Amino acid sequence: MTTTAIEARAVTKRFGAGEITALDAVSISIAQGEFFTLLGPSGCGKTTLLRCIAGFETPTDGAILLSGSDITASPPNKRNVNTVFQSYALFPHLTVAQNIGFGLKMRGDDAAKVDKRTEEMLALVKMEQMASRRPEQLSGGQQQRVALARALAPAPEVLLLDEPLSALDLKLRKEMQSELKRLQSETGITFVFVTHDQEEALTMSDRIAVMSHGQLQQVGSPREIYTRPVNRFVADFIGETNFLEAEAKGDSVTLSTGDTLPLPGAGTGPITLAVRPELLRLTEPGEGDLTATVRDSVYFGTDWHCHLLLSDGTEVVARMQSPPTGESGIGKGQPVGLAFAPGALRVLED
Amino acid sequence: MATKPFSVTRLPGFGAIAIAAFIALYAPIITLVVYSFNAANSVAIWGGFSLDWYRLAWENDQVQQAAIRSLVIATFAAGFSTLLATLAAVGTTRRGRFKGQTIIYVMINQPLMVPEIVTAVALLILFGAIRTATGIQGLGYLILAHTAFCIPFAYLPIRARLEGMDMSLETAAADLYATPWQAFRHVTLPLLAPGILAGAMLAFVISLDDVIITEFVKSAGQDTLPTYMLGQLRRAMTPEVNAISTALLVLTVLLLTGFFLITRGRQN
Amino acid sequence: MAQSRTRTAWLLSTPALVVLFCAAAGPLMIVLVYSFLSPGEYSGVVWDPTLEAWFRVLFRRDIFDGTVSLADAHLTIFWRSVKLSLLTTLITFVIGLPTAWFIATRPARSRPLWLFLITIPFWTNLLIRTFAIMQVIRNEGILNTALLKIGLIDSPIQLLNTDTAVLIGMAYVYLPLMVLPLFAAIDRFDFRLIEAAYDLYASRWRVLRRIILPIIRPGIVAGSILVFVPSLGAYVTPRVLGGGRNMMLGNFIELQFGQGRNWPLGAALSMVLLVIVTLALLVYVRASSRDEERG
Repeated sequence: MTTTAIEARAVTKRFGAGEITALDAVSISIAQGEFFTLLGPSGCGKTTLLRCIAGFETPTDGAILLSGSDITASPPNKRNVNTVFQSYALFPHLTVAQNIGFGLKMRGDDAAKVDKRTEEMLALVKMEQMASRRPEQLSGGQQQRVALARALAPAPEVLLLDEPLSALDLKLRKEMQSELKRLQSETGITFVFVTHDQEEALTMSDRIAVMSHGQLQQVGSPREIYTRPVNRFVADFIGETNFLEAEAKGDSVTLSTGDTLPLPGAGTGPITLAVRPELLRLTEPGEGDLTATVRDSVYFGTDWHCHLLLSDGTEVVARMQSPPTGESGIGKGQPVGLAFAPGALRVLED
Repeated sequence: MATKPFSVTRLPGFGAIAIAAFIALYAPIITLVVYSFNAANSVAIWGGFSLDWYRLAWENDQVQQAAIRSLVIATFAAGFSTLLATLAAVGTTRRGRFKGQTIIYVMINQPLMVPEIVTAVALLILFGAIRTATGIQGLGYLILAHTAFCIPFAYLPIRARLEGMDMSLETAAADLYATPWQAFRHVTLPLLAPGILAGAMLAFVISLDDVIITEFVKSAGQDTLPTYMLGQLRRAMTPEVNAISTALLVLTVLLLTGFFLITRGRQN
Repeated sequence: MAQSRTRTAWLLSTPALVVLFCAAAGPLMIVLVYSFLSPGEYSGVVWDPTLEAWFRVLFRRDIFDGTVSLADAHLTIFWRSVKLSLLTTLITFVIGLPTAWFIATRPARSRPLWLFLITIPFWTNLLIRTFAIMQVIRNEGILNTALLKIGLIDSPIQLLNTDTAVLIGMAYVYLPLMVLPLFAAIDRFDFRLIEAAYDLYASRWRVLRRIILPIIRPGIVAGSILVFVPSLGAYVTPRVLGGGRNMMLGNFIELQFGQGRNWPLGAALSMVLLVIVTLALLVYVRASSRDEERG
């Protein structure tokens, strides 16, 4: 059985005179050693939740538990939790080594221990050569490594990362993503990672919590989140999705186009169906599940995005792998058939 | 490119006026400095190079004492005002709004707004009454008056430095187990040091330059260099005044150069 | 949270506020009180509340028949103070705008040097700068000497101890106060706007009149206030350059605090000066908040 590293119990945070609710009764449980990601658009409350865990914000209501003990009221300097800041927040007047040793020194460790741990950390992030440099003399990627080493040096129970890769260019970001995964598996520390980048979340996380408007939308593994989004927001925010309005009738659904398709366990009443573009296949006219007309097709290199109009005017996108010639073989206004891959139709909660 | 270069930033005549303005600003000062080396007893007719006026000023007891008094007052006033301004800046800057913010800002900047002559008159009345009532004499009055009007000058660079400082640095320190005092001592204060130094230098220059308030607050025999020079107006002007001015000028320029190097060097 | 924020701010500001209250703001109230008292026999005041001092700011009473008339001497001094201050503001603007523009359009590498050159006089002792300009314009000064030598004039131009001398002196000492805020405004100015204006067929004059001046207005207002306010309260420059007769308000106030003079009148005059300056600052605050609203 896994032990819980961080638990948030109905954490609510209001700002101002209570008119802005940044977190609305968020409950979450993060397991020891997990790479856990908080994902959502800006203003969704993910950073506020992180700051509540770090102790920079005090929740208006609810409790935060670290390894089972309530830390809601303890100040950040009394929590065994460290943060990698979005801006890195490296102390400009201290050297790389002094930055890394700062937490240990403040905690009261003796000098020999601080030096030893600092060297270990420099080795861990491969920055031994830079020990006596100042932050301003480092590149963005190097600053990022120092920020990581500084936060890891006191061996916290949980490492919080607040969009740490957003300031890096694409290539460096990819490098740091695998670097982060390596550090996490080497140290075994629980990582709580905040990002608005769905790809980053999908590729790095053990589990993802999708947030919007201060509320948790869905918590699950990357595959669960992508293949079984529970609501329209999650389906729309992560990846591309076609939404189809339909009427459920037991084990079948009738789409707004009038076509009826089998869907076991669909329930009854009006529902919204979500279909990923890559699970739609173009067929000869008359074949497949539906008929459609090509409105436009856009070349993306690896694939074509075909914008199609269904018979009632609903627009859907289908993705089609590019053939070796690169030609899509379809033209504007051409009638086509449309087939759903097995299991492609997913009923949303709302 | 175009055959006739066209610059959007050029406006006709502006360059000429600007150059003329710089010349007009510096010509009198340079003349003043040049005539401090005049061998003749005139600030108009050149009689050859000499350092006599500097020697004369140096040997003049009144000048010596006024110089020492100026430096003593400026040192104390700069020290006190910088300490007070640092506290106030740390208290009032960043971390959001608070009740009475405007009152504190207006109070701190008040010496910049009230005409100096009015403050001088006010202090003349108040300190005169205290002197009569208690019999206490000494430089304390001047130091107190200078400290007060130096506070906004010390406050401004310190506050500017604080505002330019990344709040997340102190947050990071707290995250790394520093108590609020440790965070101030190990992060805020070292980063603030250039601002404090700059503030102290400005306060020193401002105190050293003051004429009006000093003229009204001082009691007999408490001349500073500027009030001594003002007193020389009644007599025929000799290049001795130029020599004293030049010495003060050099001190000011040195301090200002230091100030600029500190504030610029740290910005990038 | 907000409460402890307020407490910390006030606690840390208290030492500075106490000093400022004792040696800057507080004594002003004593001046206000003094303006309602009667003058003492030799100096100081006697505790006899009256509006006489305020009355005498603008009027005088004939010693013999008690008829009331305007105090012409006072009005002359007020008028000279306001006139010279406004002219100083105008002159420094006409010279300061091109100077600030010049500094702001220098290459990034040499700009700090030019700015430093304008800052040095700003921080240099006002008295020293006044002495410097005095030595240039006095009868035996290098200006007259040079003009005589090249034969442009036969006898020295009497500048010292005239209003013109005070005006030249004030424009000289306060020019940096105009240039610095103008520079700050021009430095923020987006020069692509000028390109756009030229692109839309504007002439140079129209670019200046219709684009540059409206946009740098906050700098113009700030510079004008920074020059006008100290000009109005000027003491050193008129004393050194104007001689005894060409007094401005500051010198007239000082005069009232000499032996056998009228302290309450001096106090009332100080308050008048303070009120005018406060009004000017309020105009400035309103103008700048309007600029902020416009964005």
